Amino acid sequence: MGVQLTNRSKPVDRRPMNWVERSYLVNIFKGMAITLKHFFKKKVTIQYPEEQRPFSKVFRGLHILNRDEEGRERCTACGLCAVACPAEAITMEAAERQEGEENLYREEKYAARYEINMLRCIFCGYCEEACPKDAIYLSQTFTPSNYTRKGFIYKKEDLLIPNPVTDPEGYKKALGTIKREKEEV
Amino acid sequence: MYLLAIDWFFIIEKLVLIALIITLSMVVAMYATYGERKVAAFIQDRIGPNRAGPFGLLQPLADGGKLFFKEEIIPLASSRFLFILGPMLAMITALLTSAVIPWGTAVKIGERMVPLQVADVNIGILYVFGVVSLGVYGIMLGGWASNNKFSLLAAIRGASQMVSYELAMGMSLIAILMLTGSLQMSAIVDAQRGGALGDLASWNIFGGGWQILGFLIFFICALAECNRTPFDLAEAENELNFGYHQEYSSMKLGFYLFAEYINMFISGVIMSTLYFGGYDIPFVNEAKLAMQIGGNWVAVLTFLCLFLKALIFVFVFMWIRWTIPRFRFDQLMHLGWKRLIPLALLNMIITALVVLWLKK
Repeated sequence: MGVQLTNRSKPVDRRPMNWVERSYLVNIFKGMAITLKHFFKKKVTIQYPEEQRPFSKVFRGLHILNRDEEGRERCTACGLCAVACPAEAITMEAAERQEGEENLYREEKYAARYEINMLRCIFCGYCEEACPKDAIYLSQTFTPSNYTRKGFIYKKEDLLIPNPVTDPEGYKKALGTIKREKEEV
Repeated sequence: MYLLAIDWFFIIEKLVLIALIITLSMVVAMYATYGERKVAAFIQDRIGPNRAGPFGLLQPLADGGKLFFKEEIIPLASSRFLFILGPMLAMITALLTSAVIPWGTAVKIGERMVPLQVADVNIGILYVFGVVSLGVYGIMLGGWASNNKFSLLAAIRGASQMVSYELAMGMSLIAILMLTGSLQMSAIVDAQRGGALGDLASWNIFGGGWQILGFLIFFICALAECNRTPFDLAEAENELNFGYHQEYSSMKLGFYLFAEYINMFISGVIMSTLYFGGYDIPFVNEAKLAMQIGGNWVAVLTFLCLFLKALIFVFVFMWIRWTIPRFRFDQLMHLGWKRLIPLALLNMIITALVVLWLKK
Protein backbone atom coordinates (compact mmCIF):
# COMPACT_ATOMS: atom_id res chain seq x y z
CA MET A 1 0.00 0.00 0.00
CA GLY A 2 1.56 3.22 -1.15
CA VAL A 3 0.94 6.75 -0.03
CA GLN A 4 -2.66 7.82 -0.40
CA LEU A 5 -3.75 11.42 -0.64
CA THR A 6 -7.47 10.72 -0.45
CA ASN A 7 -9.54 7.67 0.29
CA ARG A 8 -11.45 8.04 -2.96
CA SER A 9 -9.08 6.08 -5.18
CA LYS A 10 -10.31 2.74 -6.47
CA PRO A 11 -8.18 -0.23 -7.46
CA VAL A 12 -8.24 -0.85 -11.21
CA ASP A 13 -10.64 -3.63 -12.15
CA ARG A 14 -9.04 -5.75 -14.86
CA ARG A 15 -11.68 -8.45 -15.08
CA PRO A 16 -12.95 -9.06 -18.63
CA MET A 17 -16.28 -7.35 -19.25
CA ASN A 18 -19.44 -9.37 -19.59
CA TRP A 19 -21.70 -8.80 -22.58
CA VAL A 20 -23.90 -6.21 -20.85
CA GLU A 21 -20.85 -4.15 -20.04
CA ARG A 22 -19.44 -4.66 -23.51
CA SER A 23 -22.57 -3.19 -25.09
CA TYR A 24 -21.68 0.03 -23.22
CA LEU A 25 -25.35 0.96 -23.11
CA VAL A 26 -25.48 1.10 -19.33
CA ASN A 27 -22.46 3.34 -19.17
CA ILE A 28 -23.80 5.56 -21.94
CA PHE A 29 -27.00 6.06 -19.96
CA LYS A 30 -24.96 6.75 -16.85
CA GLY A 31 -22.99 9.40 -18.71
CA MET A 32 -26.15 10.93 -20.06
CA ALA A 33 -27.59 11.09 -16.56
CA ILE A 34 -24.51 12.99 -15.45
CA THR A 35 -24.78 15.55 -18.23
CA LEU A 36 -28.50 15.94 -17.60
CA LYS A 37 -27.77 16.66 -13.95
CA HIS A 38 -25.46 19.44 -15.05
CA PHE A 39 -28.26 20.82 -17.22
CA PHE A 40 -30.11 21.88 -14.08
CA LYS A 41 -27.10 22.93 -12.04
CA LYS A 42 -26.25 26.45 -11.02
CA LYS A 43 -24.20 28.22 -13.66
CA VAL A 44 -20.67 28.88 -12.56
CA THR A 45 -19.58 31.35 -15.21
CA ILE A 46 -19.04 35.02 -14.39
CA GLN A 47 -21.08 37.21 -16.74
CA TYR A 48 -18.21 39.45 -17.66
CA PRO A 49 -19.34 42.96 -18.47
CA GLU A 50 -21.93 42.97 -15.69
CA GLU A 51 -20.03 40.91 -13.17
CA GLN A 52 -16.31 41.34 -12.74
CA ARG A 53 -13.97 39.13 -10.89
CA PRO A 54 -12.18 41.18 -8.20
CA PHE A 55 -8.45 41.53 -8.61
CA SER A 56 -6.18 39.94 -6.08
CA LYS A 57 -4.57 42.22 -3.53
CA VAL A 58 -1.16 41.69 -5.00
CA PHE A 59 -2.23 42.23 -8.60
CA ARG A 60 0.12 44.47 -10.54
CA GLY A 61 -1.41 46.03 -13.64
CA LEU A 62 -1.03 49.08 -15.81
CA HIS A 63 1.19 51.86 -14.45
CA ILE A 64 -0.10 55.24 -13.39
CA LEU A 65 1.79 58.43 -12.58
CA ASN A 66 0.30 59.79 -9.42
CA ARG A 67 -0.63 63.35 -8.43
CA ASP A 68 -1.04 64.80 -4.98
CA GLU A 69 -4.31 66.09 -3.47
CA GLU A 70 -3.92 69.44 -5.19
CA GLY A 71 -3.41 67.83 -8.55
CA ARG A 72 0.31 68.43 -8.82
CA GLU A 73 2.52 65.83 -10.43
CA ARG A 74 4.53 63.98 -7.85
CA CYS A 75 7.31 62.76 -10.13
CA THR A 76 10.59 64.62 -9.77
CA ALA A 77 12.40 62.74 -12.49
CA CYS A 78 14.97 61.33 -10.07
CA GLY A 79 15.34 58.26 -12.26
CA LEU A 80 15.27 55.71 -9.45
CA CYS A 81 12.47 53.80 -11.12
CA ALA A 82 14.46 53.59 -14.35
CA VAL A 83 17.45 52.34 -12.42
CA ALA A 84 15.40 49.80 -10.51
CA CYS A 85 13.69 48.50 -13.65
CA PRO A 86 15.21 45.12 -14.55
CA ALA A 87 13.75 45.22 -18.04
CA GLU A 88 14.96 48.75 -18.70
CA ALA A 89 11.56 49.78 -19.87
CA ILE A 90 11.47 53.27 -18.37
CA THR A 91 13.06 56.35 -19.90
CA MET A 92 12.66 59.94 -18.80
CA GLU A 93 13.92 63.45 -19.31
CA ALA A 94 13.98 65.96 -16.50
CA ALA A 95 13.14 69.65 -16.72
CA GLU A 96 13.15 72.53 -14.29
CA ARG A 97 9.96 74.01 -12.97
CA GLN A 98 9.44 77.55 -14.20
CA GLU A 99 7.93 80.44 -12.35
CA GLY A 100 4.14 80.07 -12.19
CA GLU A 101 4.09 76.33 -12.65
CA GLU A 102 3.87 75.60 -8.93
CA ASN A 103 0.33 74.32 -9.31
CA LEU A 104 1.51 71.79 -11.91
CA TYR A 105 4.56 70.19 -10.34
CA ARG A 106 5.21 69.43 -6.71
CA GLU A 107 8.97 69.88 -6.68
CA GLU A 108 11.45 72.05 -8.56
CA LYS A 109 12.33 69.30 -10.97
CA TYR A 110 9.80 67.32 -13.01
CA ALA A 111 9.68 64.76 -15.80
CA ALA A 112 9.27 66.50 -19.13
CA ARG A 113 9.20 63.17 -20.88
CA TYR A 114 8.32 59.91 -19.17
CA GLU A 115 7.91 56.74 -21.20
CA ILE A 116 7.35 53.10 -20.35
CA ASN A 117 7.81 50.51 -23.04
CA MET A 118 5.01 48.08 -22.26
CA LEU A 119 6.52 45.47 -24.56
CA ARG A 120 9.50 45.27 -22.23
CA CYS A 121 7.76 45.80 -18.91
CA ILE A 122 7.43 42.64 -16.84
CA PHE A 123 5.17 44.20 -14.20
CA CYS A 124 7.58 43.33 -11.40
CA GLY A 125 6.64 46.43 -9.43
CA TYR A 126 10.21 47.43 -8.63
CA CYS A 127 9.58 50.93 -9.99
CA GLU A 128 6.76 51.33 -7.51
CA GLU A 129 9.00 50.20 -4.68
CA ALA A 130 11.92 52.35 -5.77
CA CYS A 131 9.93 55.58 -6.06
CA PRO A 132 10.68 57.87 -3.11
CA LYS A 133 7.98 60.34 -4.08
CA ASP A 134 5.06 57.94 -4.26
CA ALA A 135 4.66 58.90 -7.89
CA ILE A 136 4.43 55.63 -9.79
CA TYR A 137 1.95 52.90 -9.04
CA LEU A 138 0.87 49.70 -10.68
CA SER A 139 -2.91 49.99 -10.86
CA GLN A 140 -5.65 47.38 -11.17
CA THR A 141 -6.33 47.36 -14.87
CA PHE A 142 -4.84 45.45 -17.74
CA THR A 143 -2.73 47.02 -20.43
CA PRO A 144 -5.05 47.56 -23.38
CA SER A 145 -4.24 45.92 -26.69
CA ASN A 146 -2.85 47.85 -29.58
CA TYR A 147 -2.27 47.43 -33.30
CA THR A 148 1.30 48.75 -33.51
CA ARG A 149 4.44 48.21 -31.49
CA LYS A 150 4.75 51.96 -31.24
CA GLY A 151 1.38 52.08 -29.49
CA PHE A 152 2.81 50.16 -26.58
CA ILE A 153 5.29 52.88 -25.68
CA TYR A 154 3.24 54.73 -23.10
CA LYS A 155 3.90 58.44 -22.84
CA LYS A 156 3.30 60.71 -19.91
CA GLU A 157 -0.17 61.64 -21.08
CA ASP A 158 -1.13 57.95 -21.15
CA LEU A 159 0.23 57.30 -17.69
CA LEU A 160 -0.80 60.41 -15.74
CA ILE A 161 -3.70 59.89 -13.41
CA PRO A 162 -6.71 62.27 -13.80
CA ASN A 163 -6.48 65.47 -11.77
CA PRO A 164 -8.24 65.01 -8.39
CA VAL A 165 -9.29 68.67 -8.40
CA THR A 166 -10.89 68.80 -11.82
CA ASP A 167 -11.87 65.13 -12.19
CA PRO A 168 -12.20 63.55 -8.73
CA GLU A 169 -14.15 60.52 -9.98
CA GLY A 170 -11.64 59.65 -12.66
CA TYR A 171 -8.89 60.03 -10.09
CA LYS A 172 -10.56 57.63 -7.69
CA LYS A 173 -11.22 55.11 -10.46
CA ALA A 174 -7.64 55.21 -11.68
CA LEU A 175 -6.32 54.82 -8.17
CA GLY A 176 -8.22 51.58 -7.73
CA THR A 177 -9.84 50.12 -4.67
CA ILE A 178 -6.87 48.79 -2.80
CA LYS A 179 -5.28 51.15 -0.32
CA ARG A 180 -1.56 51.21 -0.84
CA GLU A 181 0.39 51.14 2.35
CA LYS A 182 3.20 53.47 1.55
CA GLU A 183 4.62 56.29 3.53
CA GLU A 184 3.67 59.77 2.44
CA VAL A 185 6.80 61.72 1.54
CA MET B 1 -62.63 21.66 -71.15
CA TYR B 2 -59.89 19.71 -69.49
CA LEU B 3 -58.52 22.82 -67.78
CA LEU B 4 -61.76 23.31 -65.96
CA ALA B 5 -61.39 19.92 -64.39
CA ILE B 6 -58.31 21.03 -62.46
CA ASP B 7 -59.13 21.33 -58.80
CA TRP B 8 -57.63 24.74 -58.09
CA PHE B 9 -58.49 24.51 -54.43
CA PHE B 10 -56.47 21.32 -54.20
CA ILE B 11 -53.43 22.96 -55.78
CA ILE B 12 -53.63 26.05 -53.59
CA GLU B 13 -54.13 23.94 -50.50
CA LYS B 14 -51.05 21.88 -51.26
CA LEU B 15 -48.95 24.92 -52.11
CA VAL B 16 -49.93 26.62 -48.86
CA LEU B 17 -49.14 23.45 -46.97
CA ILE B 18 -45.74 23.15 -48.64
CA ALA B 19 -44.94 26.78 -47.85
CA LEU B 20 -45.99 26.27 -44.24
CA ILE B 21 -43.92 23.13 -43.80
CA ILE B 22 -40.83 24.71 -45.36
CA THR B 23 -41.22 27.79 -43.18
CA LEU B 24 -41.71 25.63 -40.12
CA SER B 25 -38.63 23.55 -40.89
CA MET B 26 -36.56 26.67 -41.44
CA VAL B 27 -37.69 28.30 -38.22
CA VAL B 28 -37.12 25.08 -36.30
CA ALA B 29 -33.65 24.75 -37.83
CA MET B 30 -32.84 28.34 -36.92
CA TYR B 31 -33.91 27.92 -33.36
CA ALA B 32 -32.30 24.51 -33.16
CA THR B 33 -28.93 26.21 -33.59
CA TYR B 34 -29.84 28.45 -30.68
CA GLY B 35 -31.14 25.45 -28.74
CA GLU B 36 -27.97 23.53 -29.39
CA ARG B 37 -25.86 26.33 -28.00
CA LYS B 38 -28.10 26.66 -24.97
CA VAL B 39 -28.14 22.92 -24.30
CA ALA B 40 -24.37 22.78 -24.64
CA ALA B 41 -24.02 25.72 -22.30
CA PHE B 42 -26.36 24.30 -19.68
CA ILE B 43 -24.66 20.93 -19.75
CA GLN B 44 -21.32 22.67 -19.28
CA ASP B 45 -22.64 24.86 -16.44
CA ARG B 46 -22.53 27.97 -18.61
CA ILE B 47 -25.34 30.31 -19.65
CA GLY B 48 -24.90 30.41 -23.42
CA PRO B 49 -26.10 33.06 -25.85
CA ASN B 50 -27.84 35.82 -23.91
CA ARG B 51 -26.87 39.05 -25.63
CA ALA B 52 -29.18 39.39 -28.63
CA GLY B 53 -32.71 39.94 -27.36
CA PRO B 54 -34.26 38.48 -24.21
CA PHE B 55 -32.45 35.25 -23.28
CA GLY B 56 -30.54 35.61 -26.53
CA LEU B 57 -33.65 34.70 -28.49
CA LEU B 58 -32.68 36.91 -31.43
CA GLN B 59 -29.35 35.11 -31.73
CA PRO B 60 -30.43 32.97 -34.73
CA LEU B 61 -31.36 36.14 -36.64
CA ALA B 62 -28.01 37.67 -35.80
CA ASP B 63 -26.22 34.50 -36.91
CA GLY B 64 -28.23 34.41 -40.12
CA GLY B 65 -27.42 38.03 -40.85
CA LYS B 66 -23.78 37.36 -40.25
CA LEU B 67 -23.81 34.39 -42.63
CA PHE B 68 -25.45 36.48 -45.35
CA PHE B 69 -22.93 39.28 -45.10
CA LYS B 70 -19.86 37.10 -44.94
CA GLU B 71 -17.60 36.99 -47.94
CA GLU B 72 -18.39 34.14 -50.23
CA ILE B 73 -15.33 32.29 -51.41
CA ILE B 74 -15.43 29.71 -54.16
CA PRO B 75 -12.05 28.06 -54.67
CA LEU B 76 -10.70 28.66 -58.18
CA ALA B 77 -9.87 25.02 -58.75
CA SER B 78 -13.25 23.75 -57.61
CA SER B 79 -15.91 22.50 -59.98
CA ARG B 80 -18.06 25.57 -59.65
CA PHE B 81 -21.38 24.07 -60.68
CA LEU B 82 -21.11 21.06 -58.41
CA PHE B 83 -19.75 23.23 -55.63
CA ILE B 84 -22.90 25.29 -55.66
CA LEU B 85 -25.12 22.26 -56.21
CA GLY B 86 -23.83 20.49 -53.07
CA PRO B 87 -25.43 22.63 -50.35
CA MET B 88 -28.58 22.98 -52.45
CA LEU B 89 -28.95 19.22 -52.66
CA ALA B 90 -28.33 18.83 -48.94
CA MET B 91 -31.02 21.37 -48.19
CA ILE B 92 -33.55 20.07 -50.73
CA THR B 93 -33.26 16.45 -49.64
CA ALA B 94 -33.65 17.51 -46.04
CA LEU B 95 -36.85 19.36 -46.87
CA LEU B 96 -38.31 16.82 -49.31
CA THR B 97 -38.74 14.17 -46.64
CA SER B 98 -41.35 16.20 -44.84
CA ALA B 99 -43.75 15.88 -47.81
CA VAL B 100 -45.19 12.51 -46.80
CA ILE B 101 -45.45 13.10 -43.06
CA PRO B 102 -48.95 13.41 -41.65
CA TRP B 103 -48.70 16.47 -39.43
CA GLY B 104 -52.08 16.17 -37.77
CA THR B 105 -55.73 15.32 -38.24
CA ALA B 106 -57.53 16.92 -41.14
CA VAL B 107 -58.63 20.55 -40.98
CA LYS B 108 -62.10 21.47 -42.11
CA ILE B 109 -62.20 24.53 -44.33
CA GLY B 110 -65.73 25.23 -45.50
CA GLU B 111 -67.14 21.93 -46.69
CA ARG B 112 -63.73 20.48 -47.40
CA MET B 113 -61.52 18.28 -45.29
CA VAL B 114 -57.92 19.30 -45.83
CA PRO B 115 -55.41 16.71 -44.62
CA LEU B 116 -52.28 18.13 -43.00
CA GLN B 117 -50.07 16.14 -45.32
CA VAL B 118 -48.66 17.18 -48.66
CA ALA B 119 -48.85 13.76 -50.28
CA ASP B 120 -50.35 10.65 -48.75
CA VAL B 121 -48.61 8.31 -51.16
CA ASN B 122 -48.95 4.61 -50.53
CA ILE B 123 -45.19 4.11 -50.65
CA GLY B 124 -44.65 6.83 -48.03
CA ILE B 125 -41.89 5.27 -45.97
CA LEU B 126 -40.14 3.98 -49.08
CA TYR B 127 -40.17 7.52 -50.43
CA VAL B 128 -38.61 8.76 -47.19
CA PHE B 129 -35.79 6.28 -47.55
CA GLY B 130 -35.30 7.11 -51.20
CA VAL B 131 -34.96 10.80 -50.46
CA VAL B 132 -32.84 10.35 -47.35
CA SER B 133 -30.32 8.31 -49.30
CA LEU B 134 -30.07 11.23 -51.75
CA GLY B 135 -28.68 13.25 -48.85
CA VAL B 136 -25.40 11.42 -49.41
CA TYR B 137 -25.01 13.33 -52.68
CA GLY B 138 -25.09 16.66 -50.88
CA ILE B 139 -22.13 15.64 -48.75
CA MET B 140 -20.31 13.79 -51.51
CA LEU B 141 -20.63 16.67 -53.99
CA GLY B 142 -19.51 19.16 -51.39
CA GLY B 143 -16.39 17.14 -50.65
CA TRP B 144 -15.64 16.31 -54.28
CA ALA B 145 -16.24 19.72 -55.80
CA SER B 146 -14.06 21.49 -53.24
CA ASN B 147 -11.01 19.95 -54.92
CA ASN B 148 -9.46 19.43 -51.51
CA LYS B 149 -8.15 16.07 -50.37
CA PHE B 150 -9.28 16.55 -46.80
CA SER B 151 -12.80 17.49 -47.84
CA LEU B 152 -12.92 14.51 -50.18
CA LEU B 153 -11.77 12.12 -47.49
CA ALA B 154 -14.32 13.47 -45.07
CA ALA B 155 -17.06 13.24 -47.68
CA ILE B 156 -16.16 9.61 -48.42
CA ARG B 157 -16.28 8.85 -44.73
CA GLY B 158 -19.64 10.53 -44.48
CA ALA B 159 -20.99 8.71 -47.49
CA SER B 160 -19.82 5.26 -46.41
CA GLN B 161 -21.19 5.87 -42.94
CA MET B 162 -24.58 6.97 -44.20
CA VAL B 163 -24.84 4.06 -46.60
CA SER B 164 -23.91 1.56 -43.86
CA TYR B 165 -26.37 2.88 -41.35
CA GLU B 166 -29.17 3.15 -43.86
CA LEU B 167 -29.09 -0.62 -44.15
CA ALA B 168 -29.63 -1.20 -40.47
CA MET B 169 -32.22 1.54 -40.44
CA GLY B 170 -34.20 -0.05 -43.24
CA MET B 171 -34.07 -3.45 -41.58
CA SER B 172 -35.26 -2.16 -38.24
CA LEU B 173 -38.09 -0.52 -40.08
CA ILE B 174 -39.30 -3.70 -41.76
CA ALA B 175 -40.65 -4.81 -38.39
CA ILE B 176 -42.92 -1.76 -38.36
CA LEU B 177 -44.08 -2.52 -41.87
CA MET B 178 -44.92 -6.09 -40.84
CA LEU B 179 -46.94 -4.84 -37.89
CA THR B 180 -48.81 -2.29 -39.95
CA GLY B 181 -48.98 -4.09 -43.26
CA SER B 182 -48.60 -0.86 -45.16
CA LEU B 183 -45.95 1.55 -46.38
CA GLN B 184 -48.35 4.45 -46.18
CA MET B 185 -47.47 6.97 -43.45
CA SER B 186 -51.09 7.74 -42.57
CA ALA B 187 -51.80 4.01 -42.25
CA ILE B 188 -48.84 3.62 -39.89
CA VAL B 189 -50.21 6.41 -37.72
CA ASP B 190 -53.76 5.07 -37.84
CA ALA B 191 -52.58 1.62 -36.80
CA GLN B 192 -51.18 3.13 -33.62
CA ARG B 193 -54.39 4.87 -32.60
CA GLY B 194 -57.11 3.57 -30.36
CA GLY B 195 -56.86 0.38 -28.35
CA ALA B 196 -58.12 -1.26 -25.22
CA LEU B 197 -55.62 0.39 -22.87
CA GLY B 198 -55.84 3.84 -24.40
CA ASP B 199 -53.60 5.24 -27.09
CA LEU B 200 -50.29 4.75 -25.40
CA ALA B 201 -50.65 0.97 -25.44
CA SER B 202 -51.07 0.88 -29.18
CA TRP B 203 -47.96 2.88 -30.01
CA ASN B 204 -45.46 0.74 -31.81
CA ILE B 205 -42.82 1.21 -29.15
CA PHE B 206 -45.02 -0.07 -26.32
CA GLY B 207 -47.94 -2.43 -26.47
CA GLY B 208 -48.44 -2.08 -30.20
CA GLY B 209 -45.46 -4.21 -31.04
CA TRP B 210 -42.81 -3.84 -28.37
CA GLN B 211 -40.45 -2.35 -30.89
CA ILE B 212 -38.02 -1.15 -28.23
CA LEU B 213 -35.05 -2.88 -29.82
CA GLY B 214 -36.18 -1.73 -33.24
CA PHE B 215 -36.53 1.81 -31.99
CA LEU B 216 -33.07 1.78 -30.43
CA ILE B 217 -31.54 0.63 -33.70
CA PHE B 218 -33.55 3.16 -35.66
CA PHE B 219 -32.55 5.92 -33.26
CA ILE B 220 -28.85 5.12 -33.48
CA CYS B 221 -29.08 4.96 -37.26
CA ALA B 222 -30.95 8.26 -37.35
CA LEU B 223 -28.11 9.82 -35.38
CA ALA B 224 -25.66 8.46 -37.92
CA GLU B 225 -27.83 9.57 -40.85
CA CYS B 226 -27.93 13.12 -39.56
CA ASN B 227 -24.16 13.02 -39.09
CA ARG B 228 -24.59 13.89 -35.46
CA THR B 229 -22.14 13.12 -32.69
CA PRO B 230 -21.05 10.42 -31.87
CA PHE B 231 -21.26 9.63 -35.58
CA ASP B 232 -20.18 12.95 -37.05
CA LEU B 233 -17.18 11.56 -38.86
CA ALA B 234 -17.95 13.57 -41.96
CA GLU B 235 -16.78 16.60 -40.03
CA ALA B 236 -13.65 15.79 -38.13
CA GLU B 237 -11.81 18.87 -37.10
CA ASN B 238 -8.95 17.03 -35.48
CA GLU B 239 -8.10 14.56 -38.22
CA LEU B 240 -9.30 16.22 -41.40
CA ASN B 241 -9.02 19.94 -40.73
CA PHE B 242 -12.74 20.49 -40.75
CA GLY B 243 -14.73 18.14 -42.92
CA TYR B 244 -16.58 17.98 -46.21
CA HIS B 245 -17.70 21.62 -45.97
CA GLN B 246 -14.26 23.00 -45.26
CA GLU B 247 -14.10 25.18 -48.38
CA TYR B 248 -17.58 26.56 -47.91
CA SER B 249 -18.23 30.00 -46.58
CA SER B 250 -21.13 32.35 -45.89
CA MET B 251 -24.63 31.09 -46.68
CA LYS B 252 -23.46 27.96 -48.49
CA LEU B 253 -21.94 26.74 -45.25
CA GLY B 254 -25.12 27.97 -43.61
CA PHE B 255 -27.13 25.72 -45.92
CA TYR B 256 -25.13 22.67 -44.88
CA LEU B 257 -25.58 23.49 -41.22
CA PHE B 258 -29.25 24.25 -41.80
CA ALA B 259 -29.67 20.93 -43.57
CA GLU B 260 -28.20 19.15 -40.56
CA TYR B 261 -30.71 20.74 -38.21
CA ILE B 262 -33.63 20.22 -40.55
CA ASN B 263 -32.57 16.59 -40.85
CA MET B 264 -32.54 16.33 -37.09
CA PHE B 265 -36.03 17.73 -36.79
CA ILE B 266 -37.41 15.61 -39.61
CA SER B 267 -35.89 12.43 -38.21
CA GLY B 268 -37.45 13.33 -34.88
CA VAL B 269 -40.79 13.64 -36.66
CA ILE B 270 -40.29 10.33 -38.48
CA MET B 271 -39.34 8.52 -35.28
CA SER B 272 -42.42 9.93 -33.56
CA THR B 273 -44.54 8.84 -36.50
CA LEU B 274 -43.16 5.33 -36.68
CA TYR B 275 -42.79 4.47 -33.02
CA PHE B 276 -44.59 7.04 -30.88
CA GLY B 277 -47.98 7.22 -32.48
CA GLY B 278 -47.33 10.14 -34.83
CA TYR B 279 -49.63 13.06 -34.11
CA ASP B 280 -51.59 10.95 -31.66
CA ILE B 281 -52.16 12.75 -28.35
CA PRO B 282 -51.49 10.33 -25.47
CA PHE B 283 -54.39 9.53 -23.08
CA VAL B 284 -56.83 11.48 -25.25
CA ASN B 285 -59.50 10.16 -27.57
CA GLU B 286 -59.36 12.55 -30.52
CA ALA B 287 -62.83 11.68 -31.78
CA LYS B 288 -64.39 12.53 -28.40
CA LEU B 289 -62.32 15.67 -28.11
CA ALA B 290 -63.42 16.76 -31.58
CA MET B 291 -67.06 16.62 -30.40
CA GLN B 292 -66.24 18.96 -27.55
CA ILE B 293 -63.91 21.58 -29.00
CA GLY B 294 -64.29 21.12 -32.75
CA GLY B 295 -62.21 19.28 -35.31
CA ASN B 296 -59.98 22.19 -36.29
CA TRP B 297 -58.78 22.69 -32.74
CA VAL B 298 -58.02 19.00 -32.50
CA ALA B 299 -55.97 19.31 -35.68
CA VAL B 300 -53.98 22.12 -34.09
CA LEU B 301 -53.47 20.10 -30.91
CA THR B 302 -52.39 16.98 -32.77
CA PHE B 303 -49.96 19.04 -34.80
CA LEU B 304 -48.51 20.56 -31.62
CA CYS B 305 -48.25 17.11 -30.10
CA LEU B 306 -46.22 15.79 -33.02
CA PHE B 307 -44.12 18.93 -32.93
CA LEU B 308 -43.42 18.46 -29.24
CA LYS B 309 -42.51 14.80 -29.68
CA ALA B 310 -40.08 15.75 -32.45
CA LEU B 311 -38.56 18.50 -30.31
CA ILE B 312 -37.98 16.01 -27.52
CA PHE B 313 -36.00 13.92 -29.98
CA VAL B 314 -34.07 16.97 -31.11
CA PHE B 315 -33.23 17.64 -27.49
CA VAL B 316 -32.08 14.07 -26.96
CA PHE B 317 -29.88 14.38 -30.07
CA MET B 318 -28.25 17.45 -28.58
CA TRP B 319 -28.00 15.87 -25.16
CA ILE B 320 -26.15 12.93 -26.70
CA ARG B 321 -23.90 15.26 -28.63
CA TRP B 322 -22.65 16.88 -25.46
CA THR B 323 -22.24 13.58 -23.63
CA ILE B 324 -20.65 11.01 -25.88
CA PRO B 325 -17.34 11.48 -27.64
CA ARG B 326 -16.94 10.79 -31.34
CA PHE B 327 -16.43 7.23 -32.58
CA ARG B 328 -13.32 6.11 -34.35
CA PHE B 329 -14.10 5.16 -37.94
CA ASP B 330 -13.43 1.45 -37.55
CA GLN B 331 -15.56 1.42 -34.41
CA LEU B 332 -18.32 3.07 -36.37
CA MET B 333 -18.19 0.46 -39.12
CA HIS B 334 -17.94 -2.31 -36.56
CA LEU B 335 -21.04 -1.09 -34.76
CA GLY B 336 -22.96 -0.59 -37.98
CA TRP B 337 -22.23 -3.84 -39.77
CA LYS B 338 -21.45 -6.31 -37.00
CA ARG B 339 -23.84 -5.17 -34.30
CA LEU B 340 -26.76 -3.14 -35.61
CA ILE B 341 -27.51 -5.12 -38.76
CA PRO B 342 -27.61 -8.53 -36.98
CA LEU B 343 -29.69 -7.00 -34.20
CA ALA B 344 -32.06 -5.52 -36.75
CA LEU B 345 -32.38 -8.92 -38.41
CA LEU B 346 -33.08 -10.51 -35.03
CA ASN B 347 -35.72 -7.91 -34.35
CA MET B 348 -37.23 -8.62 -37.73
CA ILE B 349 -37.44 -12.36 -37.05
CA ILE B 350 -38.95 -11.91 -33.59
CA THR B 351 -41.53 -9.50 -34.93
CA ALA B 352 -42.35 -11.86 -37.78
CA LEU B 353 -42.97 -14.68 -35.32
CA VAL B 354 -45.12 -12.44 -33.15
CA VAL B 355 -47.14 -11.30 -36.14
CA LEU B 356 -47.54 -14.88 -37.35
CA TRP B 357 -48.62 -16.54 -34.12
CA LEU B 358 -50.01 -13.94 -31.80
CA LYS B 359 -51.78 -11.50 -34.05
CA LYS B 360 -53.63 -14.10 -36.08
